[in-house]
Amino acid sequence: MSPELISAYRPGSTLLHRIPAGPKLGLLAAYGVVTVVATGPWTAIGFLAFSLALVVWVRIPWRTAVRALRPLLLVVVLVTAFQVWQRGWPAAIHVVGDLLALFVAALVFTATTRIDALLDAIVRGLGPFRRVGVDPEKVALAFSLMIGAIPGVMTIARETRDAAKARGLERDPRALLVPMAIRTVAHAYDTGAALHARGIGDD
Amino acid sequence: MLRLDRVSVSVGTPDGDLVLLHRTTLSITERRVALIGGNGSGKSTFARLLNGLVEPTTGRVTVGDLDTVDDGPSVRRAVGFVFTDPGAQLVMPTCLEDVALSLRRTVKDKRERLRQARAILDGIGLGDKADTTVHALSGGQKQMLALAGVLATDPQVLVADEPTTLLDLRNTRLVADRLFALPQQLVLVTHDLDLAARCDRALVIDEARVVFDGRPDDAIAHYRASVDAP
Repeated sequence: MSPELISAYRPGSTLLHRIPAGPKLGLLAAYGVVTVVATGPWTAIGFLAFSLALVVWVRIPWRTAVRALRPLLLVVVLVTAFQVWQRGWPAAIHVVGDLLALFVAALVFTATTRIDALLDAIVRGLGPFRRVGVDPEKVALAFSLMIGAIPGVMTIARETRDAAKARGLERDPRALLVPMAIRTVAHAYDTGAALHARGIGDD
Repeated sequence: MLRLDRVSVSVGTPDGDLVLLHRTTLSITERRVALIGGNGSGKSTFARLLNGLVEPTTGRVTVGDLDTVDDGPSVRRAVGFVFTDPGAQLVMPTCLEDVALSLRRTVKDKRERLRQARAILDGIGLGDKADTTVHALSGGQKQMLALAGVLATDPQVLVADEPTTLLDLRNTRLVADRLFALPQQLVLVTHDLDLAARCDRALVIDEARVVFDGRPDDAIAHYRASVDAP
């Protein structure tokens, strides 16, 4: 997952921007079910075309969309190769087309939905579970922290890699993994302290 | 009023207890108070006591009538805290959402929450960055946003732990001017002696003890002399 996917809200006034986060998340889930149920390479191409049309509609710049898709490239290549080998081209197009269609749809979802609105939807959706001890606000907070932590951890990984490279240790896994693990834990600790200091999660 | 009453802080280590702050008793009533001293001297421990982030091993820390141990959530509502590195403090993807996160507890209506968050961003000069990802901000803008996130909770006291250490001169001035313009009581941990000089009172902390407490000019002179001493 790339930072572009998780922090790409783009203000707008399209219908997709106006649909509340909960129903929109439901639509995304339904779209996922439909892509799995409807089989065949042409339907997969149709779903992908539909998702790309949504990208155009909500005005996500192509450069942003491509950057968001780039980390998926390796998975696409591996899945395509495996499917062609095992089941042939039509099946490969079906699987990879559906995968890309859903990924692009998720990109559209994050581009048209504020995280704040998504948190509200989670809090509302989990409301009935209060009686069994679930705290919806805390679940929503954990969700937002997870989202917020991904770019932070990616930054730590990049800085750690650069630091290892500067010392000529770019091929030493210990020089990458150990400092990255320590810095990630420290980042989590600092974030916890910062949230604590802001009184978030006290209630 | 902030008060430390016979407060000490220590942590256990394999080599025995490490004292982070020796027994300290003092009150802080001035509007601007600076904490200065070397790295590892105990300034941050002192500052974190005021917000309840660190609990005293002995003694009692109070903010008005609130005890930082017994009334933790209320203390954190009354005492805001700004950290050195805003990176850890900014947890939401965009500026608007990060400020709105601070308002979630008090403002339940989403539209009103976003409206207030926008107003706060306007107030600190980041109104045009509302929908910008926090990772795209400069260091100074991140620190201002972190400050906005804290001010959104409307604290009575603001504790800032080296808020300008990572900033260049322009951003240091920007953040410092903003801090000194706030109506809240300010406790400022800093290595910037020019900032310390702008306060009403300064404490010098060395080796986990408050070794000087008085006017900023005198405190700075004391600190310089201790550094210059062989």
